Amino acid sequence: MQWEIVIGLEIHTQLSTSSKIFSGASTAFGAEPNTQACAVDLALPGVLPVLNRGAVERAIKFGLAVGAHIAPRSVFSRKNYFYPDLPKGYQISQFDLPIVGQGSLTIQVPTATAGQTYKKVVRLTRAHLEEDAGKSLHEDFHGMTGIDLNRAGTPLLEIVSEPDMRSAAEAVAYAKMLHTLVRWIGICDGNMQEGSFRCDANVSVRRPGAELGTRREIKNLNSFRFLQQAIEYEAQWQIDTLENGGTIQQATVLFNADIGETRAMRSKEDAHDYRYFPDPDLLPLAINNEWIEQVRGTLPELPLSKQARYVADLGLSVYDADTLTSSREMADFFEATLNEVPKEAKLCANWLMGDVSASLNREDRDITQCPISPVQLGGMLKRIADGTISNAAAKEVFKILWSEGGTPDTIIETKGLKQMSDVGAMEAMVDEIIAANPVQVAEYRSGKEKVFGFFVGLAMKASKGKANPTQMNEILKRKLAG
Amino acid sequence: MSLSINDVYKVARLARLGMTEQEAQTAHAQLLTIFGLIAEMQAVDTNGIAPMSHAQDISQRLREDVVTEHNQRELFQAAAPQIKEGLYLVPQVIE
Repeated sequence: MQWEIVIGLEIHTQLSTSSKIFSGASTAFGAEPNTQACAVDLALPGVLPVLNRGAVERAIKFGLAVGAHIAPRSVFSRKNYFYPDLPKGYQISQFDLPIVGQGSLTIQVPTATAGQTYKKVVRLTRAHLEEDAGKSLHEDFHGMTGIDLNRAGTPLLEIVSEPDMRSAAEAVAYAKMLHTLVRWIGICDGNMQEGSFRCDANVSVRRPGAELGTRREIKNLNSFRFLQQAIEYEAQWQIDTLENGGTIQQATVLFNADIGETRAMRSKEDAHDYRYFPDPDLLPLAINNEWIEQVRGTLPELPLSKQARYVADLGLSVYDADTLTSSREMADFFEATLNEVPKEAKLCANWLMGDVSASLNREDRDITQCPISPVQLGGMLKRIADGTISNAAAKEVFKILWSEGGTPDTIIETKGLKQMSDVGAMEAMVDEIIAANPVQVAEYRSGKEKVFGFFVGLAMKASKGKANPTQMNEILKRKLAG
Repeated sequence: MSLSINDVYKVARLARLGMTEQEAQTAHAQLLTIFGLIAEMQAVDTNGIAPMSHAQDISQRLREDVVTEHNQRELFQAAAPQIKEGLYLVPQVIE
């Protein structure tokens, strides 16, 4: 019998503000322990939280980007639990009145066939603002735990999806799309190593069409690979358990990346009794339409709209459009290149996704660190498009642009890479070749068309690879026909 | 809505409050009085009135996203029972 895997994700994105959500302490990563933890973050007596406008603005921006309703009035609540890296004894979060309501995200899910994807809409339940906790360091303190509160109070937007995903691949595609989006609209730096983008996955299995099964929540997955592995392992574990006559208990589990397994955390029965209530230290957050419209004005064209435009107006494939919109920097680079050769979208796409990406990968750089500018790349593509250079010569130009810089036209000139399109010269070469190879000419004329390749090889060699292949083929065909 | 003595123990445990039987009974009696007051208020017809989440009917003031607090670690840690390498030390907690 078949099983269906049901996945919902909760993703914590760290908002890219300079200061914390309720205090004026810095959020910069990597500072000495506790040097960015002020009286509010330490929960010293008598302090009061004051909400950061920048955090609210980023939440609004996100809500608009996923077509969600922005609550005109939302409320901060206290989520109560005891842990040493949470000095107040509660986390300020949002509960029944979050800032961002239901929205949706359209994703492209890769299939087993390379380059093939299918489209799916994942519904978002909500997104709410909250503060991060500090960090506990359990090693090296002789039976003690070290607490660093620099991270305490860092603004987070927790984005909750509906249980709409049906495979690890869909969950990863959703997480990646969200990762692209939050960076695209500039609300989160997306740095997963530094914990700026953390995923929790709710996983359950059921027979198709049956009620939802009991879910287990996998906490703190900080890479797409771990997300994939953890979901696959967890789903299989649940299926095996059920098929062996067992039952699933609701639980929080951790993924151990070293052994690739999920394991339930030991937790007390009351661990999830958070006793939420509205935080009396914070008044309701009011957001008027004027503010929403002002934020809407700062939204860039979104990836999905760009993708659709690339397909409809530029004639690119969905796969190309998807790849080119994998980050805003990539899309900007593509558009700036296209600006140089406006009619050659496919050529630009091929070079960006081919030689440019391969070279960047080889040197472990991203598109913002590309040594070739869109103007240089576009300038070179212009010379391919107008027939000045062949593709082979372009690769040469590209190499020089990459390592030495310069302008494409100068490189073509000084390296003598111009394609030969002097018909007279090419005809003379062909005449010579025909005269020197009477046996092969006779073979060709008697119907052995395979010999044509032999002549193409000789002609390209004679022109030192510079002959325009289309023109040369045409001349060869005409002359060989006799 | 009634409150049992076991509810009192449960809430006390969640709040990490140690209570003697005597204290629990006192708290139980006091809480029941409060619950009585709540029951009285719930009898009031509040149809069509939006619930408030705060006693004052005004909204949150916001601060600009600017760093205004600077490092005062030494000052703050002077009051900590135990510190090491800039960290606050607490009895070990492991889940």
